[in-house]
Amino acid sequence: MSGPSTYVPQTGLTRWLDTRLPLVRFAHDTMLSFPTPRNLNFWYAFGAILTFCLGVQIVTGIVLAMHYTPSALVGSIPDSNLAFDSVESIMRDVNYGWLLRYVHANGASMFFLAVYIHMFRGLYYGSYKAPREVLWILGVIIYVLMVLTAFMGYSLVWGNMSFWAVTVITNLFSSLDQVIPHLGSAIATWLWGGFAVGDATLNRFFSLHYLMPFVIAGVVGLHIWALHVPGNNNPLGIDVKGPQDTVPFHPYYTVKDGFYVALFAILFAALVFYAPDLVGDPNNFIPANPVVTPADIVPEWYLRPFYAMLRSIPQQLAGVLVLAGALLTLVFIPWLDSSRVRSNRFRPVMKVFFWVFVADCILLGYCGSEGVDAAWHLGGIELSLVWVARIATAYYYIYFWVLMPLIGLIERPLPLPDSIAKSVLGASAAPAE
Amino acid sequence: MATTTTAEPTRRDFLYVATGAVAAVGAAAAAWPFIDQMNPSSAVLALASIEVDLTPIQVGQSVTFVFRGHPLFVRRRSPKEIEMARAVSVSDLPDPVARNDNLPADAPATDANREIKSEWYVSSGVCTHLGCTPTASTPQIPQGEFGGWLCHCHGSQYDTAGRIRKGPAPRNLQIPVYSFVSPTRIKVG
Amino acid sequence: MRFALPLGLVLGLALAAPAAAETTPPLKDVHFSFEGPFGTFNRADLQHGFQVYKEVCSACHSLNRVAFHTLSEEGGPSFTDAEMKAIARGYNVPAGPNEQGETTDDKGQPLMRPATPSDHFPPPFANEQAARTANGGALPPDLSLIVKAREGGPQYVYSLITSFGEKPPAGHVVPDGKYYNPYFPGGNISMPQPLTDAQVTFVDGAPNKIADEAYAVVTFLSWAAEPHLEARHRIGLGVMIFLIVLSGLLYLSYRKVWKDTPH
Repeated sequence: MSGPSTYVPQTGLTRWLDTRLPLVRFAHDTMLSFPTPRNLNFWYAFGAILTFCLGVQIVTGIVLAMHYTPSALVGSIPDSNLAFDSVESIMRDVNYGWLLRYVHANGASMFFLAVYIHMFRGLYYGSYKAPREVLWILGVIIYVLMVLTAFMGYSLVWGNMSFWAVTVITNLFSSLDQVIPHLGSAIATWLWGGFAVGDATLNRFFSLHYLMPFVIAGVVGLHIWALHVPGNNNPLGIDVKGPQDTVPFHPYYTVKDGFYVALFAILFAALVFYAPDLVGDPNNFIPANPVVTPADIVPEWYLRPFYAMLRSIPQQLAGVLVLAGALLTLVFIPWLDSSRVRSNRFRPVMKVFFWVFVADCILLGYCGSEGVDAAWHLGGIELSLVWVARIATAYYYIYFWVLMPLIGLIERPLPLPDSIAKSVLGASAAPAE
Repeated sequence: MATTTTAEPTRRDFLYVATGAVAAVGAAAAAWPFIDQMNPSSAVLALASIEVDLTPIQVGQSVTFVFRGHPLFVRRRSPKEIEMARAVSVSDLPDPVARNDNLPADAPATDANREIKSEWYVSSGVCTHLGCTPTASTPQIPQGEFGGWLCHCHGSQYDTAGRIRKGPAPRNLQIPVYSFVSPTRIKVG
Repeated sequence: MRFALPLGLVLGLALAAPAAAETTPPLKDVHFSFEGPFGTFNRADLQHGFQVYKEVCSACHSLNRVAFHTLSEEGGPSFTDAEMKAIARGYNVPAGPNEQGETTDDKGQPLMRPATPSDHFPPPFANEQAARTANGGALPPDLSLIVKAREGGPQYVYSLITSFGEKPPAGHVVPDGKYYNPYFPGGNISMPQPLTDAQVTFVDGAPNKIADEAYAVVTFLSWAAEPHLEARHRIGLGVMIFLIVLSGLLYLSYRKVWKDTPH
């Protein structure tokens, strides 16, 4: 996509095809010969790992849809619903259905684990900075689409946690009543297709849950395109200066990424085969019950940091705005960072605040996991987790809106190496060429 | 690729080929659950047999039931129809095998091998050509030349023992496992 | 520093498991044969557990999602086909309409037929209202998924059914028609003590103390909640071995490809 193509068709057929639809040339230039910085480390494998995750989710999802019934109506089993019954039938009757479903359900967790590492990696090495702003924003869009897809997917089980998750999250829109009377309620009713979460809601969520992964795949295509125009960032954060700084993607990164994907698959398989219900909630093994709310209602782990932000704000509309703002903030990062250096490897001050930010996100996730009235007892002082979450939310915003613009101006970065090749050869103590 | 040259081709190639082969075996093994999930589930395989009450069926009448999602023919044959079926020699039949799941696979297609009780003819109602449901003859409206069934899709004709006599169908109508639980009740499957 | 990120995320994942409730005592420390990466169900426990369910639990609790044919399938209690069919015949399920199109008999009772392998365990009560009426307003939950639907899983169910008859703490009021159980949320449960020593006489004369009966029935209910657990463990082992071999080969290939390329 960038730079001159090195593809030379070898046979009559490929020459013929190349002048009509240069598909092989495209694949060759983007996946085989694409010049990639030679110093990419483990953290850069998560692009490949995420592609693997998306593929796994789409393939298992298509298969599960062959057996799933998107209906909240009662079937032959009393006090249940057809959606829940069909999920249980997948677990019990369908050949390997249990495996496919465990892979799909835990695949969502693995997908988010990988995407969070991918995002933190981008933050650490400044991969959002010019000329990669569009690449970053497309990534944020993919993340938001993932959140929506995962949320709707979780609802499809139509267990009691599914049902109440849909009820609570769609009710967020009712906060808009405070802006324009009845607007929020009207939106909620429109989302539900009724006066409450019900059969119509489940049907539309199923339809959209099936559609969204293909939308994600499309945006991923744009994301990779936007990656291939400027080329990869790298741990040094400096530009590629010439061919001595790069290696062709194949075989160097196909084999390296392949190795890391296999390692990731080991963790994935451990979860699927030995702890398939670890990240699930027991309440979702009870069919949806519109009159009984589970005692502790929490989202899946990957949404709990945002859930903690929402809960920490005592005013409904303000809470929703803080939540939405936290996501929207990500879009502005390329322009909030005033540093002329990309990689935190050369930013001694920002590096510290970065790790505090990582810890802050984990802390938010922890706050979102605990009950509403949980508290820490620190030497006689009772610190309510709501306040912990408030402080953590404040740091989230401060990190992006205050520290990023400010530290870039006052920090003195470490000296940058002249080139990737020099840095690499120096580090490996190999004689200079 | 043919143009690639390496310093130590054999050893390198072996490691890469081995890695690729293991990955390919894994991919093939992983494909199996995705294929097998489309086979009938254990719940479908365990589906119950059905019982059919014979009392309402009149002499000369053919009634169609549903068994495992397919039509099932039950016909109370008149003495004349039994006579017609018995008059044919097995060697004249296009398919000389009984196709009766209650008998050995090579049993000849005599009329006696096509029923448990000669008055009651029971078989699948799936034409052995391409799976349509043939239409039964009645005393008033014959279907085909042999007094049995005519498949309107492609013109296969079956006699009063459900044996293929004319047309493109290759086999006689299949007879499922069934038994009489009482003189007026059969259990199929 | 290099490891702070994965460590933190793993920590975050571990924290995702909700904390146990504060007021109840810790669950009884009982180990089940099906736990751990190589765990399997003990056939005798499954068959004994089925007997406990049938003779005790099924008086009030349904097992709606379990089909009879699974009792003889791989990974389950391993009854023979004949035994399984006999078990099924021992239950009556609603029959289809008769020749007159009726679904009830002269007295208005639903027409019944013996169950077949494809049928599920029939519920003890016709509907929720009937169940509540017979149980002082409480609804005995379906047991098909009970082990998965409760925090603490098999240990919780085991602790609950073996902890009746204990003295409530001072100040704890047990209303009429309720029973004290330290493991039940709130401490007052509508279910009377279900199991006692020697309540079930196992066909093979196995020990039948309350602990044996509880262990067996929890094993059976764990199978009912996840009938393919053994296949999961078995296939998991193969997948792990395969992935470790593949990772090793990919690592060697990676080292070889990059051998002359400093990075």
